Amino acid sequence: MLYLEDNQRREIVAHGERDYPYECCGLLLGSFESEGVKIAREVYPISNAREEAAKRNRFLIRPEEFSRGERQAEARGLQVVGFYHSHPNHPAVPSQYDLEHAWPVYSYIVVSVQAGVAAELRSWEMELDRTRFVEEEISVSFQAAQA
Amino acid sequence: MAIIISIPTALRQFTAGNSQIEVEAATAGEALQHLTSQHAGLRPHLFDDRNELRSFVNVYVNDDDVRHQSGQQTPVKDGDTMMIVPSIAGGVASEAEVETTLPSLSNEEIARYSRHLIMPEVGMAGQQKLKAASVLMIGTGGLGAPVGMYLAAAGIGRLGIVDFDVVEASNLQRQIIHGTADIGRPKIASARDRLRDINPHIEIETHETRLTSQNALPLFSNYDLVVDGTDNFPTRYLVNDACVLTGKPNVYGSIFRFEGHASVFWATKGACYRCLYPEPPPPGLVPSCAEGGVLGVLPGIVGAIQAAETIKLVLGAKDTLINRLLVFDAWQMKFRDFKLRKDPNCPVCGENPTVKELIDYEEFCGLRAQPQAEPDALEEVTATELKRRLDDGQNVQVIDVREPFEYEIARIPETKLIPLNQVVARMNEIDPSRDTVVHCKAGVRSAKAIASLKRAGFPGKLINLKGGITAWSDEVDPSVAKY
Repeated sequence: MLYLEDNQRREIVAHGERDYPYECCGLLLGSFESEGVKIAREVYPISNAREEAAKRNRFLIRPEEFSRGERQAEARGLQVVGFYHSHPNHPAVPSQYDLEHAWPVYSYIVVSVQAGVAAELRSWEMELDRTRFVEEEISVSFQAAQA
Repeated sequence: MAIIISIPTALRQFTAGNSQIEVEAATAGEALQHLTSQHAGLRPHLFDDRNELRSFVNVYVNDDDVRHQSGQQTPVKDGDTMMIVPSIAGGVASEAEVETTLPSLSNEEIARYSRHLIMPEVGMAGQQKLKAASVLMIGTGGLGAPVGMYLAAAGIGRLGIVDFDVVEASNLQRQIIHGTADIGRPKIASARDRLRDINPHIEIETHETRLTSQNALPLFSNYDLVVDGTDNFPTRYLVNDACVLTGKPNVYGSIFRFEGHASVFWATKGACYRCLYPEPPPPGLVPSCAEGGVLGVLPGIVGAIQAAETIKLVLGAKDTLINRLLVFDAWQMKFRDFKLRKDPNCPVCGENPTVKELIDYEEFCGLRAQPQAEPDALEEVTATELKRRLDDGQNVQVIDVREPFEYEIARIPETKLIPLNQVVARMNEIDPSRDTVVHCKAGVRSAKAIASLKRAGFPGKLINLKGGITAWSDEVDPSVAKY
């Protein structure tokens, strides 16, 4: 379960639309709660490090950027809880390539951008045996859930 | 020696929630081995099935990436800290990059490619990449011959060849893909037969057509790489622009007399041909090989360099000719290497490109005849017409502006030899009261000679022999040797 506020969702969608036809990417900063629950508190956009031509179907967050995001998170008492990226003109489903480059526990949000307009946003988590991604429920507000 | 390894949050469930694990090790690799044997659940997320560190997993020793040091051999000492950091890659699947989809090799293929397979730089994965690769060669001439033969031999899975020419005797001095028995055959058929004989395990696709602005984009988009083996500027610019527009690497080679050039123009990674040469040279300034000659073995060397670069690009080698121009002089036997830079103002691959589709390259290179007659338009005569005028006893003199050694090879009877670079100085040897037909091998130098004579104020009538002595041999007298 991933808690993602509407304004964070809007930020991810806007990033995906802004970078279309290229893929966008970024980190989700927040906290790991018990029983696999994650709360996203901040969206941390990252410039896509791949060359122009490859940007259409690859994204890359370099380890230095990951570490920088992690340090920024720690400074605010947060952690990296996942990542987001866009699939221009493809469904919001992780690819085989995504699977080969993932770790468990993290949330992998994929936003599908069709002809420049975000169509769908889904979150995925990789199974521990690395065989597949399983869709993860996104809940709008942690505060709302607690209320 | 005790090393502290920081465990990323996502993987702490495999270390019983511990954020730091202490191990004894002398190298980074050893530390990871100890870590993953103590906490076996970590292993599949750090190492792949072949026991290699996953490509997105980065290991830092005291904040330095071990890939920039000695990799897993990087020594560690007591008190060092190690970090495991993911780089995040992913995205829409592209078949070529997903290794599990690479084609397998048959036992016959394994035997054939064994000298590749035993080198770690190629290996099984590399040879499979070659098999999965598709390469389009433009031309099966001097450069295309070695390119095609070596790429076929190397096991490039799908090889496309484009040519529309016919094999001629004068090709055989350098175009070793064709043989004597092939004279008169389409080059594409002759090349296909030779390549099939070299390697029956690959697919050969023939495109018997002239490469044009209309067919280049759909053709190029069907291949991973393009190898330019052309011999003229319009096609060279066409190949470059079509490669930029389709995002394909252009493995470039060119040859003239004793000098060869080679580079890899790949706009997404570096300079393109137009970054190096924004404008074509004025027509006629740079003679073609047909005009200036070429050492037969030169395209063999340059084409082999192109083939090597193509193979390296497929294998993902680091040190390629991207952003480098290699210049080879066979007479001095010297290689020189020049750095190239991407031009931000390049009209096709720059920041604000003005060329967004393919244009008319004949016109771009100044080869399209201007519709309006210029005042000093070049008057021309065909070989057949010249023969008729001579036979009719018309008052015509013929000046040959080629070099003496060419005159030794072949000549038109009753001509006067004045090489191009002497033609103005020896102008007084030409009788201005008679019509003067000027000829060379193919008609380019004679046109230049006429322009020089006019500028120098030669008062007589000057006529260019269209197609030079080659046309004379074709149309009038086949006993005159073509060279």
